[in-house]
Amino acid sequence: MSAPWGRSTPEHAGGAAAHGRATPDTVCGPYHRLNPLTKATLAVAVTLASLALGGLLVPALLFGFVVVPGAIVARVVARMLRLAVVATLPVAIAVVLVQGLAGLGVEGAVAVSLRVFVMAAALALFGLTTPARELVADLERRGVSPRIAFAAASTIGALPALAAQAQVVRDAQRARGLDIEGSVMARIRGIVPLVGPMVAGTIHSIELRSLALEARAFGRPGRRDLLWAPSDAGWERALRWIAIALLLAIVAAKATGAVGRLP
Amino acid sequence: MIELVKVSYRYPGYRQPAIHDIDLRLGAGEVVGLVGPNDAGKSTLGLVAAGLAPASIGGELAGDVRIDGASVIGRRPHDLASSVGIVFSNPAAHLSGVASTVFEEIAFGPVNLGCSAGESRTRAREAMELLGIAGLAEREPSRLSGGQAQLVAIASMVAMRQRHLVLDEPVAELDPEGRQLVSEALRSLARAGTGLLIAEHDTDLLDALCDRIVAIEDGRLAPAAASAQR
Repeated sequence: MSAPWGRSTPEHAGGAAAHGRATPDTVCGPYHRLNPLTKATLAVAVTLASLALGGLLVPALLFGFVVVPGAIVARVVARMLRLAVVATLPVAIAVVLVQGLAGLGVEGAVAVSLRVFVMAAALALFGLTTPARELVADLERRGVSPRIAFAAASTIGALPALAAQAQVVRDAQRARGLDIEGSVMARIRGIVPLVGPMVAGTIHSIELRSLALEARAFGRPGRRDLLWAPSDAGWERALRWIAIALLLAIVAAKATGAVGRLP
Repeated sequence: MIELVKVSYRYPGYRQPAIHDIDLRLGAGEVVGLVGPNDAGKSTLGLVAAGLAPASIGGELAGDVRIDGASVIGRRPHDLASSVGIVFSNPAAHLSGVASTVFEEIAFGPVNLGCSAGESRTRAREAMELLGIAGLAEREPSRLSGGQAQLVAIASMVAMRQRHLVLDEPVAELDPEGRQLVSEALRSLARAGTGLLIAEHDTDLLDALCDRIVAIEDGRLAPAAASAQR
């Protein structure tokens, strides 16, 4: 049997992930296989269009007709919603409190929260369907510095790593008798002993990791001959340009007053 | 050959050097063990010998560190990456985070060195064969056992074809099975002619592998009598 490294065609060079098997528990479908830049463009376009047009209707339409169908195709609806809710909840609470104190009513708070939710959902869909390696390879192929590409990929991968680190610290502190359940006050008191070790551990990990990267010549200037890069079909390039053109049209219409206040 | 000549190193923000007046030579293909209590300076010495301190982490170096006859002073770590490598005790720190298979992870270094894609594949394949981990090629790096992950970390250095490798407590975080795997891998590397500087508490491992063992305490190498020549 031929070993994976023995094959020379680009589609085999990436091994399992090149065939869409990034991880054993990752469901891969057509949405996953889109070029990372296409998914990023859609996420950014949805985000900016929601922010630019405001109201309730447009963000809801973008969510219903762009984000949700993408999540259904990618089979990540539940995870995307969970992430979006987690990201939106603190913002929504803060907005409701501020709006309430300012006497501006609930409608504005709901509109702001909806925009944040749609933005979080669009970005979560991108993160859940884009392996870091694909983003790095694609950005680098387009001439972006490996350091910038790596930083972008690390940002995507940082949340799961932080969550894992938090779990380790929480378990360790619980084992030492720290009460982080029960009343709200107990939970608040429990935050400080969790945050300190978590931040320290994360900083140490980052330092060690950057040293390991240096030892692997990551900082070397010049182009690299990548083993693999994601495909980028002509229709995807067209789709990106259409999304950008629509976004620019929306921003221009809003700026010139051609579009009034939307419901 | 790695030579440390009267080397002292002070971390940024510290007044006292972590290591003082170190004279140490790691010959081509030589395997040297480094023992000492915690905070004795083993890891610092490893970082200095690998050219990462002060180049990457700052601080102040006195004396000279020469790798294959050339001073490392003023050279960036990526210039030294084809000569000397380092493996830390925590194998997770070695994962690039951008490779979805072990094969890609190991090829990451050669790609960074500017090798062609074909050459990077060849190097990765050879490193995996040398360490006996060819069967892990398509596995996801973050889902390996500790021992397997440490072998991948070592292989990722071997693929860069460095003549010298510094290992900072390579089995410290491993279970007995992982220790056995790494021990055998280091033996293969030594047979293949790679110079190894191994900082380790496990003296059984060092006894089995090393040509000589040096001791460090309070940042200073112990007198020759305290170190074992084998």
